[in-house]
Amino acid sequence: MSYKVITKKVLNPQIFLMEVEAPLIARKAEPGQFIILRIDEYGERVPFTIADFDREKGTVTIIVQIVGKTTQDLAKVEEGETLLDFAGPLGMPTPLDGIKKVAVIGGGLGTAIAYPQAKKLHKLGADVTVITGFRNEELVILEDELKEVSDRLIVTTDDGSNGTKGFVTDRLRELLEAGESFDEVIAIGPLIMMKLVCDLTKEYGIKTTVSMNPVMIDGTGMCGGCRVIVGGETKFACVDGPDFDGHLIDWDSAMKRSRMFKTYEKQSCESGHCRIGRDNNA
Amino acid sequence: MPNMRPDRNPMPEQDPNVRNKNFKEVTTGYTEEMALDEAQRCLNCKNKPCMAGCPVAVKIPEFIQLIAQNDFEGAYQKIKETSALPAVCGIVCPQEKQCEAKCVRGIKGESVAIGRLERFVADYHMQNVEDEIVKPEPNGKKVAVVGSGPSGLTAAGDLAKKGYAVTIYEAFHTAGGVLMYGIPEFRLPKDIVQKEIDTLKAMGVDIETNVIIGKTITVDELFDDMGYDAVYIGSGAGLPSFMGIDGESLNGVYSANEFLTRINLMKGYKFPDYDTPVYIGKNVAVLGGGNVAMDAARSAKRLGAENVYIVYRRGEEELPARKEEVEHAKEEGIIFKLLQNPTKFIGNDEGWLTNMEVVHMELGEPDDSGRRRPVKIEGSEEILDIDTAVVAIGQTPNPLIRKTTKGLDTNKRGCIIADEVTGKTSRDHIYAGGDVVTGAATVILAMGAGKAAAKAIDEELQG
Repeated sequence: MSYKVITKKVLNPQIFLMEVEAPLIARKAEPGQFIILRIDEYGERVPFTIADFDREKGTVTIIVQIVGKTTQDLAKVEEGETLLDFAGPLGMPTPLDGIKKVAVIGGGLGTAIAYPQAKKLHKLGADVTVITGFRNEELVILEDELKEVSDRLIVTTDDGSNGTKGFVTDRLRELLEAGESFDEVIAIGPLIMMKLVCDLTKEYGIKTTVSMNPVMIDGTGMCGGCRVIVGGETKFACVDGPDFDGHLIDWDSAMKRSRMFKTYEKQSCESGHCRIGRDNNA
Repeated sequence: MPNMRPDRNPMPEQDPNVRNKNFKEVTTGYTEEMALDEAQRCLNCKNKPCMAGCPVAVKIPEFIQLIAQNDFEGAYQKIKETSALPAVCGIVCPQEKQCEAKCVRGIKGESVAIGRLERFVADYHMQNVEDEIVKPEPNGKKVAVVGSGPSGLTAAGDLAKKGYAVTIYEAFHTAGGVLMYGIPEFRLPKDIVQKEIDTLKAMGVDIETNVIIGKTITVDELFDDMGYDAVYIGSGAGLPSFMGIDGESLNGVYSANEFLTRINLMKGYKFPDYDTPVYIGKNVAVLGGGNVAMDAARSAKRLGAENVYIVYRRGEEELPARKEEVEHAKEEGIIFKLLQNPTKFIGNDEGWLTNMEVVHMELGEPDDSGRRRPVKIEGSEEILDIDTAVVAIGQTPNPLIRKTTKGLDTNKRGCIIADEVTGKTSRDHIYAGGDVVTGAATVILAMGAGKAAAKAIDEELQG
C-alpha cells in the first residue's frame, strides 16, 4: 500500500493541507478521529486529526502546522509523492447527535480540526456558531469553508489585525453575557486555550468537549504515552478519546506532559535525519 | 560413546562491560566444535523426557543426533518439522523451565544446552543454506490472520503450506509483533525475524501493515465484505498495565511498551539519525521481574543510564524472567532491588519524575499462582532518587477487537475465550491463540497455539 499525496495547499505561512490517498481509512473516517503517519523509514509516528475525508475519492485530508521535525519534513513532501505509512481511523468519533445549538471553537491549527465537526453538525441541522482565533490576520485559515458550514462565523485575532481584537474566550464571553445559551461547546486548539474555554463554560454550566492531542506512538492503546487524567482516572487519548469532557481534564498534568520531549524536538530539528533530496519511491 | 562431562559448553558472549554500551547481540553462538561437543553430551534417551517439556514437541534427541553426525542442515529441518521459527525459539524460549528442565543430564550435572544447539543450527542454516521456497497449489480458500507476532506468523505459515490464501493484518508499520517492537536487537537481532517474515512472503502470504482490525476493518467485514472463510486472531496482549499509584503521569514514567517500542521498532537508540527520541535519565527504575523488565533495564543501561534498578516485589526465586536474562542483566551492572514495591512517584514543579517511594516486602503464604505472596513490612518506606521509571508489570489484550466483534466471548481479564486444543472461539469460523487468549505469556506458547489453530482451521474448511 502506498499513500499518495493527491493535493497539497499552503493555507498560511505555517499551515498547509494535504489530501492523501487512503481508501480504507476514508471509508470509515468520522469527525474527531485521527490518523498516524510516518514519512519514511527514519520517521517518527505522528498523529494528525482527520480534517476532511472523501469516501468516493478514497482520500483523507490532514491540515498540518509546522512545529517540529516531522512537520517541517512533511512540508517538503509534494503532490504526487507518497508517504510510507498512514494508519487509521483511530480514536472515537465525536458524539454529535442530538446537539441543537452549538459553539465550535478553534484556536490556530485547531480550526482545521474543528471544521469537520462544524460541517457534520451543520449537516445534522444544528445551529452552529463557529469562533476561531489566530495571532494575526495573515494566519487566518478556512474562513470560506467555515462560513459555508456555520450559521455564524466569528474570527478574532490576538492583535486585532482583522478588525476584531482578542481571544476566542473574549468572543464566547460576549455571547454568553449577552444571554446566548448553547447545548454544548466544542473547543479545539492549544491546551491553554481549551483550558480557558473550559473555565468560562464551567461558570455557565455548559457541557464542553475538547480534543486532546498528546504524544503517542501506536495510537491503538499499546504505548500508554498519551495518558490523560480525566475525572481523576487515567485515560488513553488514542482509544478512550481524543475527545473528553473538558471540565474533567487535569490541565496542569496535560500541559506538563506535553513538554516531555521538547528538548529532543529541538535537537532533532537541528541535527536530525536530513530529507533533502529524498527519493520517495526508493 | 556420549561425552559425560557434567558441565555444558558455555555460550560465547560479548564482554559485559563492552556489550552494556552497544545494541549488538549479546551472545555470539556456538562454534561447530562447541556444537559437536555439546551434542555428544545428549544420551539420546528412549523416552525423550525433553520433548515432553517442549510446547511444540520439537524432536529434540533426533535433531541433536543429527548435529553429532555433522548434519547441521538435517538438524535444522528436523526442528522445522514442528517449530515454525527455530531461530527465534533457540534465543527466546525459557529452556530452563521447558526442555532443559527435563533433561536427564541435569540430574547430576548441567542439562544439555538444547536451546544453544537449536540456535546453532538456525544460525548455520541462515548463513549457509538458501531456502527453497515451494509455493503450494492454491486450495481456493481464504484465511485472514490478525496480528503478525509469533502466533500469527506460525498460523499463517502452516495454512499457506496447505494452499490457503493467507493475509496477515498488522496494525503497526512493520510485521513481527513483539519480536520487532518488544524484544531488543541485542537479544533477538531483527534480521532473524525479518528473514522468517520474508520466507512467509515468498510462500505467498500477503502481509498488510497499517491495518487496525477493529478500526480500519472489523472482523465481521473480513467475512461479509472480503469473503474470508476463517479468521485467526493472534493480536497479542498489547495493553500496558500501570501500577495505579500517585504520580504515574509524571514525565519520565513510561510503560515498558512505550519505552521498548521507541527503542526497538522506532530505532530510538539511533536518535537523532532516526526521528524518534527516548528520554533516559541518570537513575532508572524498571518495575517488574519478567523478560520485558530485563529487556527494559538492559536497554536503559545501553542508553547511558548510570544506575539501573530492577524493582520487584517478590524474591530472586520468583523472578519470572528467563534465567539467562537475569544473569546477563546482573553481569551488565543492573542492580536488583528485590522484595520492594513502588508506592508512589514524586515529581518536581515542572512535572518531571525525581523520586520514587518503595515499601519493603516479605514473603508470606503461597497465593493462587503457587508463589509466595509478598506482604508489606509496615513502616519500611524508603525514598529513592529515580528520574526515569519503566512500568513492566504486565500487559492485557487490546480491547479494539472484542469491542467491535459481537458474540466473541472474553473473560474478565479481557482475554478471548478459546478452546485449548483447537483455538475455536464462541463465534463460528473465528479462532484465537497466543497472548490474546492466555494473557502475556511466551513466544513458544503463542506459536504452539498458532500451529494448533491452523490444523483446526484446515480440518474445518476441508471437512
